[in-house]
Amino acid sequence: MAGDLPQVRTAAVRELRDPQTTGLLDEALVLRFDAPASATGEDIVEFQCHGGRAVVDSILAALGAIEGLRPAEPGEFTRRAFDNGRIDLTEAEGLADLLEAETESQRKAALALAEGGLRKQIELWQDQLLALSASAERAIDYDDDDLALDPALSSGCANLAAELRQWLSRPRVELLKDGVRVVVAGPPNAGKSSLVNAIAGQERAIVTDVPGTTRDHIEVPLALGGVPILLTDTAGLRDTDDEVEAIGVGRSRNLVDAADVLTWLGDPDVAPRHPRLVRVHAKADLGREVPCGSIAVSATTGEGLSLLLERLGALAKTLLPAEDSIALNRRQAAHIEQAAAALEDAASTFDLVVLAEHLRAARSEFDRLTGRAGVEDVLDALFGRFCLGK
Amino acid sequence: MYDVLVIGAGHAGCEAAAAAARRGARVGLITFRAEDAGQMSCNPSIGGVGKGHLVRELDVFDGLMARAADRAAIHRRMLNRSKGPAVWGPRVQADRRLFQSAIGELLGENGVEIVVAEALRLVIRGCKITAVETSEGILSCRALVIATGTFLDARLFTGNETVEGGRRGERASAALAAQIREIGLGQGRLKTGTPPRLDGRTVDWAVLEEQPSDVGAWSMSALDDGVGQPQLRCAITRTNLRTHDVIRANFDQSPLFAGAIEGRGPRYCPSIEDKVKRFGDRDGHQIFLEPEGLDDHFVYPNGISTSLPADVQEAFVRTIAGLERVDIVRPGYAVEYEFVDPRRLNATLEVREIGGLFLAGQISGTTGYEEAAAQGLAAGLNAAAVALDLPDVRFDRRTSYIGVMLDDLTLQGVSEPYRMMTARAEYRLALRADNATTRLGQGALEADCVSERRRRQIEGHFAHRSEASWPMTEEGRADRLYAPYLERQQREWEVVQRDSHVWIPCDLDFAFVPGLSNEMVERLASSRPETLDQASRVPGVTPAALSALYVATARRTAA
Repeated sequence: MAGDLPQVRTAAVRELRDPQTTGLLDEALVLRFDAPASATGEDIVEFQCHGGRAVVDSILAALGAIEGLRPAEPGEFTRRAFDNGRIDLTEAEGLADLLEAETESQRKAALALAEGGLRKQIELWQDQLLALSASAERAIDYDDDDLALDPALSSGCANLAAELRQWLSRPRVELLKDGVRVVVAGPPNAGKSSLVNAIAGQERAIVTDVPGTTRDHIEVPLALGGVPILLTDTAGLRDTDDEVEAIGVGRSRNLVDAADVLTWLGDPDVAPRHPRLVRVHAKADLGREVPCGSIAVSATTGEGLSLLLERLGALAKTLLPAEDSIALNRRQAAHIEQAAAALEDAASTFDLVVLAEHLRAARSEFDRLTGRAGVEDVLDALFGRFCLGK
Repeated sequence: MYDVLVIGAGHAGCEAAAAAARRGARVGLITFRAEDAGQMSCNPSIGGVGKGHLVRELDVFDGLMARAADRAAIHRRMLNRSKGPAVWGPRVQADRRLFQSAIGELLGENGVEIVVAEALRLVIRGCKITAVETSEGILSCRALVIATGTFLDARLFTGNETVEGGRRGERASAALAAQIREIGLGQGRLKTGTPPRLDGRTVDWAVLEEQPSDVGAWSMSALDDGVGQPQLRCAITRTNLRTHDVIRANFDQSPLFAGAIEGRGPRYCPSIEDKVKRFGDRDGHQIFLEPEGLDDHFVYPNGISTSLPADVQEAFVRTIAGLERVDIVRPGYAVEYEFVDPRRLNATLEVREIGGLFLAGQISGTTGYEEAAAQGLAAGLNAAAVALDLPDVRFDRRTSYIGVMLDDLTLQGVSEPYRMMTARAEYRLALRADNATTRLGQGALEADCVSERRRRQIEGHFAHRSEASWPMTEEGRADRLYAPYLERQQREWEVVQRDSHVWIPCDLDFAFVPGLSNEMVERLASSRPETLDQASRVPGVTPAALSALYVATARRTAA
């Protein structure tokens, strides 16, 4: 299809031709990687063709017509890389995030993970854990004098647990992936949907003058200054007899509680309590007096919109993991949490054998974290969410 | 025609012979000298942390070691008494002669025939063992246990002197070693060592710290033979800087450092020259002075095994407190010997490629009487199974230290002599020295290898457990102490159990399992796991490889 292959680990320009019709499909860059020095550990040839949909489709069709070739399953390249020992589980997860990353900060966090940043940190913890275990085992199997429990062992466990706890208190990677939840709430007909539409730049929410139009919440994912945001429009908060609307109002209250950042349109004095509250004086074009501490915004004229976005972006950013730092995802955090709990148990017992048992439990949590045990469900969850190809 | 022949009458061989006989086999035990049966070549103690657990487990199957140790005990100590009961380690000092005569008597009671001869050659027909050629003629058998310890092509080192032999003053098995290498079982060389023996009459006991025997009565065996020996005392002393200076000045005369010994020694029990070299900054290393017997003036100085020349041994020993005027009765030495890669064995200790051939003890890369004896039990029970067409007896690492050891050996192999430690057992809280009968009693009854007296003891134990007074017993209290942890382990255990019964076909060629990397194929092929659960413990095998293996196995089963 491309004529002869380039030299190993080099790129060359080739004419791609349909093997059946010999018709020219594209002029493309062809790269060759021989096993095991490739992304998956197998022989790989990569085509870098022109980006038009028709070109890509025709090349894929021509490839698919060749006997023995088929499109990769979702996540198959990563799975093969994992199977061939090119990457470990945390790296595979980082790669999955990288493929899904849509914003700059997502990309950086994913890259840090994929480069093994988390793996290195975990290795450090594992080393410390092993050292603690080794000292406990020595005291059990090689103690001719039958000495009492060494307090340094207990404090070592407590210190490591404290370090893990400190990591656990950091922001999670899910915020990067799912976005910071910015909830727009307020009484009915306060202009919430208009505001959401103005921010999103499109008619995502239905806007009418009838109070209570938005009966369920609407989510708009967007990026503010590279920060992923999930902007959420909610039903107006009021007491209602309408059964359907009442459900929407109930949901709104839950969303307000779950908000990472709350944007309140309405009387500033009755705003819900929230650590990151932005008060908005909507419909500023109507010329009412702007209460102190509120940002005046008009969805109609665009007045105050950029000030609001800046404020929202800045607040959201405080919630995200620092760029280039390693953030844990939910699964990783769950295992580290278990390990920290086991270490705390270890620190609080006076029975050396029980202490050693807690250390063993902590070690096996780390094993699960890096995919050495109890791993199949993790793999399924992980590899299932890949898009096609590498 | 013997059902089972055993070569070697050390701790592994004696247990193997007796265990096979208890299952009803006609057993011949081949040894150079009849009086050597059950000899303690190294320290005169039985048990300890981890090792004591093995002895108690062996005892449930009516093994010899615990009862012989009780009959010969002259000093008892429960190690780790200040720690949790899971790691209490029963240990006794045994009178060497009494121990040997007890083993001799118990072998006789078990109906083992002693054959005084040198085993020269195995006779193998169609991948099955059929006979052993000995110096006294050919003996045919249905199964064979090789338990030759350090005697395979063994060499002894004292300073620059080297002699052939498996133990001071005894021969080595050179012919057998050559054949074992020929059939591809020889793996490499390991070394171990022993300290000089001292004349107890020249030790100044009065200046030394005494290590008294335990006051409370406990026994190694669950069967109380009612034999109480007078209790001797042990003493503790230490090396000092002068001792280290003498040793350091003579490093060049140690075969360990001169490169004469290629085999790897146990990290857990280093020679004194190793200790001085690696931990030279320490101001002293502890030595336990252990009398070897009641009417025997030999003293075993535990902690200073050495292969330095005899005159250097005398010089450094005399720098030690209490030993200033001591006489060395027999110098210490290092022994280097051939061993077989235990990954060539099934979990029953049968050589995979040769039906009816079993290995047990130091030949499989272990160190220690207890480790050897426990393998002897497993090999003997299963050799009888082959000979008499009885069910296998398998030990699970979740219910016994014997299981831990067999699993470790046959899956991980060894790179240095393997010694039992409680750290090796992930289910340590459940594997206590005091609950061996509870853990293994049922299995022992099912293996049909115990005496009537033992059967009554096991059944009595289970009856006792169901009584109201049980929680007040020592074992009952320990059960309660660990119950919350054991429940959690039980849950983990059930997760593992789901895979443990997936058997991997013994003719499965790993090279043709899709998705296995070459590295995985190599690791799996050398350990040859029998189940998926075992495969998960082969070092370096990844979860991905396990899934590939699982798929291949399931496909084979379906086909």
